[in-house]
Amino acid sequence: MGGMPKWADALLVPLLSLIIAFVISGLVILLIGEDPVEALWIMVTGALGSTYGWGYTLYYATNFIFTGLAVAVAFHAGLFNIGGEGQATMGGLGVALACLALPWPHWSLALLASTLLSAVFGAAWAALPAWLQAKRGSHIVITTIMFNFIAAAVLNYLLVNVMRPRGSMDPATARFPAETNLPDLHAILGAVGIPFAKGTPANISLILALLACGLVWVTIWRTRLGYEIRAFGKSEKAAVYAGIRPIRITMYAMLISGALAGLMAVNTVQGETNRLLLNSVEGAGFIGIAVALMGRSHPVGVIFAAILFGFLYQGGAELALWTRIPKELIIVIQALVILFTGALDEMVRAPLRRLWRMR
Amino acid sequence: MGRQDPAAPFAIELRGISKAFGPVQANKDISIQVARGSIHGIIGENGAGKSTLMSILYGFYKADSGEIVINGHPTTIPDSQSAIRAGIGMVFQHFKLVQNFTVLENIILGVEEGRLLAPSLSKARKVLAELAREYELEVEPDALIEDLSVGHLQRVEILKALYRQADILILDEPTGVLTPAEADHLFRILRGLKEQGKTIILITHKLREIMEITDTVSVMRRGEMTATLPTAGTSPEQLAELMVGRKVLLRVEKAPASPGRIVLEIDDLRVRDPQGVERLKGVNLTLRAGEILGIAGVAGNGQSELLEVLGGISQATGRVKINGQEIDLTGKHSDGRSRRAQGIAHVPEDRQTRGLIMDFAAWENMAFGYHHAPAYQKNAALMDNAAIRADCAAKMERFDVRPQVPALAARNFSGGNQQKLVVAREIERNPDLLLIGQPTRGVDIGAVEFIHKQILALRDAGKAVLLVSVELDEILSRSDRIAVMFDGRIMGERLPGATDERELGLLMAGIGEEAA
Repeated sequence: MGGMPKWADALLVPLLSLIIAFVISGLVILLIGEDPVEALWIMVTGALGSTYGWGYTLYYATNFIFTGLAVAVAFHAGLFNIGGEGQATMGGLGVALACLALPWPHWSLALLASTLLSAVFGAAWAALPAWLQAKRGSHIVITTIMFNFIAAAVLNYLLVNVMRPRGSMDPATARFPAETNLPDLHAILGAVGIPFAKGTPANISLILALLACGLVWVTIWRTRLGYEIRAFGKSEKAAVYAGIRPIRITMYAMLISGALAGLMAVNTVQGETNRLLLNSVEGAGFIGIAVALMGRSHPVGVIFAAILFGFLYQGGAELALWTRIPKELIIVIQALVILFTGALDEMVRAPLRRLWRMR
Repeated sequence: MGRQDPAAPFAIELRGISKAFGPVQANKDISIQVARGSIHGIIGENGAGKSTLMSILYGFYKADSGEIVINGHPTTIPDSQSAIRAGIGMVFQHFKLVQNFTVLENIILGVEEGRLLAPSLSKARKVLAELAREYELEVEPDALIEDLSVGHLQRVEILKALYRQADILILDEPTGVLTPAEADHLFRILRGLKEQGKTIILITHKLREIMEITDTVSVMRRGEMTATLPTAGTSPEQLAELMVGRKVLLRVEKAPASPGRIVLEIDDLRVRDPQGVERLKGVNLTLRAGEILGIAGVAGNGQSELLEVLGGISQATGRVKINGQEIDLTGKHSDGRSRRAQGIAHVPEDRQTRGLIMDFAAWENMAFGYHHAPAYQKNAALMDNAAIRADCAAKMERFDVRPQVPALAARNFSGGNQQKLVVAREIERNPDLLLIGQPTRGVDIGAVEFIHKQILALRDAGKAVLLVSVELDEILSRSDRIAVMFDGRIMGERLPGATDERELGLLMAGIGEEAA
């Protein structure tokens, strides 16, 4: 049948969805008596107009790349992992343990340890729902979301009763030693002669995230495991015919997915706060779903979608700072973007496809 | 129908219809005249453009150019509602019925009159009773769709069209899902409709049906109408040649088999389904090298389960030996990968849900099940996609898969070419035992001939073939030995030369000797 070319599906559809979301957001801003053009200008200049803005945008984007990849890998296996939140929470525990366990002589060694431990903790948190799905058929959407709450409760207990330094009133771990602090983009880009603003949270985890994108791409499209994951995700019946074992694929896909979500904590816990706080994930696990949907579960798409949501986060913060637009409205704008790019993109695709067929 | 113009002898006239999908010309300047009150057959291979043409007539597609004339009036058909208003009814290959509705509820769906259902239902009940009397179209009006047999479902579809006052009825491959007896009944119905002045267009790729029931036949090939002939003045051979564009052997010449050593030994094989119902009740079979064993039987008597156990899809109890070695039926080595390692290749009955990943490209499907093969690996970690692509291109060439594009997704190939992809993948592995289920279901005539030749070549190379088919014709003409299955048992074995359809039919119905 006369279908749309691939580029139109990958670029035109999200772009049009985005424009619709922004137009409706603009109408809402108009309704509360503010100027939408000015609002957009503040968002763009605040998030993308300076390297300082970029520093925040990329920091948020790093989180969303990890959680977006996590959801994308599970999608390829036909699994809907909405437990990124809990897996990232557990990843944070791994980072904290890695950073506090040994007196690391250099940040690179600490990064190695925290990367490993956050991935292991995230994967472990995904393992039980995966096993329940594979062996008992307990639906992974239900179990992973339940595990989000369990993770929050476990962390709460640990921070209050076990990991809180003596005498502290704050449910958080002790500050990590300075040797574990990761270099930020100012330091990294400065080393190669590119000026970048000081004091932004974007750090070397961004490079880790891009590396993860590359690895996911190779795994999904170039290895036997990736082949089996994709085959299983498209048709379990056919996969069984081909000798692919459903239990094995479900486990592997979810372990990889959980590990990716767990890695997010390197960026937030080690890269930014330098100690483990109660709610360090801040919903990034759920944003990952929108990022994966919008990015068509492809690493390159995930990167772009993650930057878009990073822009919305940072631009939204700027909006709250410089205008009388209430903070809640920023969540409305983000919700509209998720609604149109994630849930309603078929609304744009169908007429576009018809348009193509008419040519 | 007040719209009929007695001066116009044709119920439907198409003039110069063309339709392209991108670079593919699905219909090329097609003109056809269908006389009122006749049965007009349209025959052609899969992908010849029959379905596209009918979709244009039913308003699913808009033709790029050309004219549709219904009962002498030029008509545009932008959607199926207009087609229904023009008196056209369509009976699809895949029924469009609501499973948990009754027959009556399905009949009035979309043509309810008013907000309350009761008046429409009682009107439909009356009309249905009349139609049943007139055309032998008996269906229990209050039966649930999910409880009806396939033959009855088709009657409901025909009734739906008639209830909407169709006087032109289009049937798309109507006998594909029917038993021979049900097909005979359908033909009686169609003749009855014709006598009442209805016009019928029958789309099929089965030559026998064309010869049996149509008055006129049009042949399509590669988007073009190659001929329209009175059925009485043609022959199956001529039609086959027109369809394929070259001479076709309707029967593949077959040398007698020379069976060798035993390849497959099945002893007391039993299978229970997830509900605990026994599906195989102690099957015993042997199969030798250089032999085609055909399994006949009405669908659902355990043939699928037999294939699935041997192919490593489901588990079983009993003993199965391949080349003298017992294979694992329940444990870790009872999966498809282990079976392939033991020299068993499997062309599954349902290529679209099992044999292929429809969204995968042809080349990705060519490695499906064999993606661990050393030739497909670049190194310990990575697959060699370039090698798989090249291998796929070579196999597509040898098996004449069209279009010969390895990057095309499986779903974009016609049924026959999809089957060729699967058969190429499995046969080219040179297995000791080939399991092949419904090899020619939904496959066009040219591909049928080709696939049968490949199976025969494999047998002549000294391999064993287990052929499962619900087409008795196919079993009788291709097998060297026939086993009939009924209710999970082997009812008996026959040699094709020493039996006939009647005897096999009795065994298939469970009448005859008990299992050996």
